[in-house]
Amino acid sequence: MTTTKENIVSVFNVEEVRKDFPILSKKVYGKPLVYLDNAATSQKPQSVIDTIDRYYTELNSNIHRGVHFLSQAATNEYENSRVKIKNFINAVSHKEIIFVRGATEGVNLVANSYGRKNIKEGDEIIISTMEHHSNIVPWQMLCEEKNAKLRVIPINDDGEIIIDEFKKLINEKTKFISVVHISNSLGTVNPVKEIIEIAHSHNIPILIDGAQAIHHVKVDVQELDCDFYVFSGHKIYGPTGIGVLYGKEKLLEEMPPFMGGGDMIASVTFEKTTYNELPYKFEAGTPNIEGTIGLGAAIDYFSSIGIDKISAYEKELLVYATEKLKTINGLTIIGNAKNKSGVLSFVLDGVHPHDIGTILDYEGVAVRTGHHCTQPVMKRYNIPATARASFAFYNTKEEIDILEKAIYKVIEVFK
Amino acid sequence: MSTELRELYQQVILDHNKSPRNFKKLEDANLFAEGFNPLCGDHFDIYVKLEDNIIKDVSFMGQGCAISKSSASIMTSIVKGKTLEEAETLFQKFHELVTGQIKAADVEEMGKLAVFEGVQDFPARVKCASLAWHTLHSALKEENAKVTTE
Repeated sequence: MTTTKENIVSVFNVEEVRKDFPILSKKVYGKPLVYLDNAATSQKPQSVIDTIDRYYTELNSNIHRGVHFLSQAATNEYENSRVKIKNFINAVSHKEIIFVRGATEGVNLVANSYGRKNIKEGDEIIISTMEHHSNIVPWQMLCEEKNAKLRVIPINDDGEIIIDEFKKLINEKTKFISVVHISNSLGTVNPVKEIIEIAHSHNIPILIDGAQAIHHVKVDVQELDCDFYVFSGHKIYGPTGIGVLYGKEKLLEEMPPFMGGGDMIASVTFEKTTYNELPYKFEAGTPNIEGTIGLGAAIDYFSSIGIDKISAYEKELLVYATEKLKTINGLTIIGNAKNKSGVLSFVLDGVHPHDIGTILDYEGVAVRTGHHCTQPVMKRYNIPATARASFAFYNTKEEIDILEKAIYKVIEVFK
Repeated sequence: MSTELRELYQQVILDHNKSPRNFKKLEDANLFAEGFNPLCGDHFDIYVKLEDNIIKDVSFMGQGCAISKSSASIMTSIVKGKTLEEAETLFQKFHELVTGQIKAADVEEMGKLAVFEGVQDFPARVKCASLAWHTLHSALKEENAKVTTE
């Protein structure tokens, strides 16, 4: 193991980055915290915490239209975050970056605005079997309202989208496609570039749900050529309650507002309201200012380490964990895609995942147990739930060893 | 293993989890309810044969964690032969037991159910322990509805 460890250390110093996350030195039940629930939410580096603290101690005021010093300073920081995100995902313009509460709101915005305008009775929308409920329910609601049909791409036993089946689902009635980039319960990295190309070869717009991808793989929206991309700030080491909807400017221009209120208007009379320009048309009301600025700080932090190093290190962690867990008798890994990232879902013979979770917790190991808001995936594998360990670049091989030992404790209790 | 964990996963609970009692569909049941915890996917069907206000027979089917399954198993063994009112009183007492509101003196009267006392140290697992009871409660009320513990 020493050689492998040295290899990692040569490109990435995990002990150094761990110091940036104060919560990682916490103990639970007297044991060091082993935080392996990163797919649910990531921990926050000190720089993000400090930025939010600084916002409230030095900058707090409402943004836009303020003539006073604080309002202008806060507006600058808020808009500066937008530019950081635009650069981070390589959007063409800052107008394409809409701040929302999270990936869920991003999907809902597109379903309500683009969807309600363009989806008609008898039309079809395609999603995949491995979608999070947040990329199922908004489309289902739209289909119900419009009397349209939701079509679902099947996945194979390894947890990969069956591309040929996807192609077969497309027809002249298909009006929208929405697919997850990385599955939160299986870890599958979908071939989104190929999926987007197929969609576009039929002139169908496509949304990519990047909630589990933005912090694991490089996302370049121009290279992908996706029409919409959504992600949540709290998965990429930023605060909760802030997320991003990227949309191509042309599409966003044509879309009606999602919510009405202040900030999204150019002028209001009781007879008629003229909407504000992009991106403000979609940002009604006082936004999550601290969250937006905090997300900007998170992007700065993340970029200072670099996605290439992060991806490579996380890949090594996943391979290490997979090799370890595979050898445990009675343990089955759910999701064995060739291209996986960040997530290791598993079940144990004769032990319900909830019981696994409770016993691991007492060893200081935080994992998630349940259906992970992907009930159709559980149904596909005919299991009620899984235990899921999910990794971040601050996790170590030693922590995976602790996870392994803790799983043996579970087996001991239930033998 | 920690004391709390040992209290939670007592031998009786592990035994009922491995070989649940009354784990079958009751063909001549006249009351039925379906219990569901949408958060974790636990799901139990409870079948009751009620005659002259007495639970003549009771069984369950479905899946869940060790706590919810053993709770369903022990519950069915205990309420068999009880009157409707006795079963309802047990339901209330059980709720007090797993949420830590029960008086120490009352715990002893709980008999086999006392093994679930350890659940009170695990607030996240209270719903697991009480799912079958909520479902039975609903079956006895002839609600025949889907019960959720969320």
